[in-house]
Amino acid sequence: MGKIRPIQKYSYYQKTAHGGFIATKLNYAIGWGRKFSIFHYPFITACCGMEYMSAACAHWDFDRFGVGMTTFSPRQSDLLFVVGTISHKEAPVLKTVYDQMVEPNWVIACGACAVSGGIYDNYAVVQGIDRIIPVDVYIPGCPPRPETILNALLKLQDKIQKQKQDLRWNIVKE
Amino acid sequence: MTTRLQKEARKESLMINMGPSHPAMHGTIRIMLELDGEKVRNSEVEVGYLHRGFEKTCENKTYFNLLPYTDRLNYVSPLINNVGYVMTLEKLMDVTVPERAQYIRVIMSELSRISDHLTALAAMTMECGAFTVFLYYIKAREEIWKVIEKTTGARMTTSYIRIGGVRCDLHPDFKKDVDRAMKVTRDVLKDVKGLLDKNKIWIDRTRDVAVVSPDMAVNYGFTGPCLRASGVKYDVRKARPYLIYDKLDWVVPLGENGDNFDRYMVRMKEMEQSLRMVEQCIEQIPEAVPEAKGEINPHEAIKAARTQKPDEEIRLSPNLKGSEKEKYPTILSDKYGVKVPPKEDTYTTMEGLIQHFKFFMKGHGIRPPKGEVYFSVEGGSGELGYYIVSDGSDRPYRLHLRGPCFHIVSALEEMIKGHYIADVIPTFGSTNMIGGELDR
Ligand code: SF4
Repeated sequence: MGKIRPIQKYSYYQKTAHGGFIATKLNYAIGWGRKFSIFHYPFITACCGMEYMSAACAHWDFDRFGVGMTTFSPRQSDLLFVVGTISHKEAPVLKTVYDQMVEPNWVIACGACAVSGGIYDNYAVVQGIDRIIPVDVYIPGCPPRPETILNALLKLQDKIQKQKQDLRWNIVKE
Repeated sequence: MTTRLQKEARKESLMINMGPSHPAMHGTIRIMLELDGEKVRNSEVEVGYLHRGFEKTCENKTYFNLLPYTDRLNYVSPLINNVGYVMTLEKLMDVTVPERAQYIRVIMSELSRISDHLTALAAMTMECGAFTVFLYYIKAREEIWKVIEKTTGARMTTSYIRIGGVRCDLHPDFKKDVDRAMKVTRDVLKDVKGLLDKNKIWIDRTRDVAVVSPDMAVNYGFTGPCLRASGVKYDVRKARPYLIYDKLDWVVPLGENGDNFDRYMVRMKEMEQSLRMVEQCIEQIPEAVPEAKGEINPHEAIKAARTQKPDEEIRLSPNLKGSEKEKYPTILSDKYGVKVPPKEDTYTTMEGLIQHFKFFMKGHGIRPPKGEVYFSVEGGSGELGYYIVSDGSDRPYRLHLRGPCFHIVSALEEMIKGHYIADVIPTFGSTNMIGGELDR
């Protein structure tokens, strides 16, 4: 019986991303590219959607930060914007949408309801979408002001820039 | 699970599922369509995706505490929901509201109605591809919300209308701000009229689509702009005038055919009427009590009350501006026990503190007499009625909401029957379905 080898989790590039100068720069460059070209899918169900609309329109305009492209197909989007209350009936739909997204993807929970169930602490509402799907940025507020949404987008961009990039589109089989 | 539609469908038909995560379905409704080519043969609407247990939750909240929940029913016009709920309770408790507060309520209702119609039409036009119009509409809504925010402290979920009156007075620059907002709105309406009213694409997509006859509208229980688009003259503000609507000069705009275009047109005209009403209200509104100078934070007030003579002047912290003690008679009813006592009293006198505690204590507070009551106001998309059963305790035994959307959406199946699949989207947009109100 040989030794059990640990499962290879990351591809060749990612393993070296911390070491070599070129790999680090590549990681940085890809992060820079990704953070300014976020295609988002607005999963809007309730009141917070009105503030999302405000943030998307001319007064606040989050296109300034490269998040302007709204796609209504989860398969073509990088960012899932969960805006509003998720009831137990809606939950499977949200899960399906999330599962359809290609990686790398990010999720923003916008509003108290999506974060924690908000003021609806009852039988009908999911107490926070992080019970169903992973969340990157939480936006508090009931509803959050458009400025808060913009701030969350900046935070997400920071995160994308700094994280270890997912390079599975270019896996080198060992 | 096989649905009714699946059982009844022909074998050769194509079944298509629209929503709930579909851009035009607002995330909260699902329409199953049986298609014959591109035409809708049959359909089935499924609601309930935004069921948040509003009615049940209210049974466990005191009458004062459940006010924020009403904000989130029709979240595009929260102030009208507040007015509806509060007036139902006032009817049960026989509270009279000061005149200035009534005018403020009407101003706020009408501003909300404009923002509601703006949003509804914005969504409807955007889904038809008129994105410029969408941006224009939202620009106007933004200006209106600015005015609302400056007075109420919040953009959307305001909880500004309180039992017995309103939370605070209008802010001193209100007239200037509202004039500006109305000017922007008028400009936007003019622009949009120029863009859409004679636009061939818009007319082709909306004229004679989803025609609702007056009979059908009444049978389904339509109210609001959708009913008036079919030519039935029914508006709660005219039929059973509440607040000071009978003192204002305005007309009920009516449509002729009851198609999508008429529903758009009626909303456009209603916004103009609402603007007129706001203008008249601002002219007629009784004078406010002049602004008081200076301010003090609650902890300073408490300190002062301990060490100094209690008759010393106490001013409120800036976030309570507009609800000073002198203003109370003009904005809140004088009935004992329906309102929070003024903060000056709470911080400095024993009497006020006890009153404050009594108001918020479990089992005390607002306790209407036993009985049941129904009252309705004209909401953004129709007659918004509240039905409250009280058992004499501090929380409702039962609270039921008559949401206007529910009745309109129930007619959707018949409205889209026989039309193209592309017509489903403007039709649905023209009903102004709001999830919070539909599923509650
Ligand atoms: S957080 Fe508040 S505003 Fe947002 S969806 Fe929930 S109840 Fe509505």
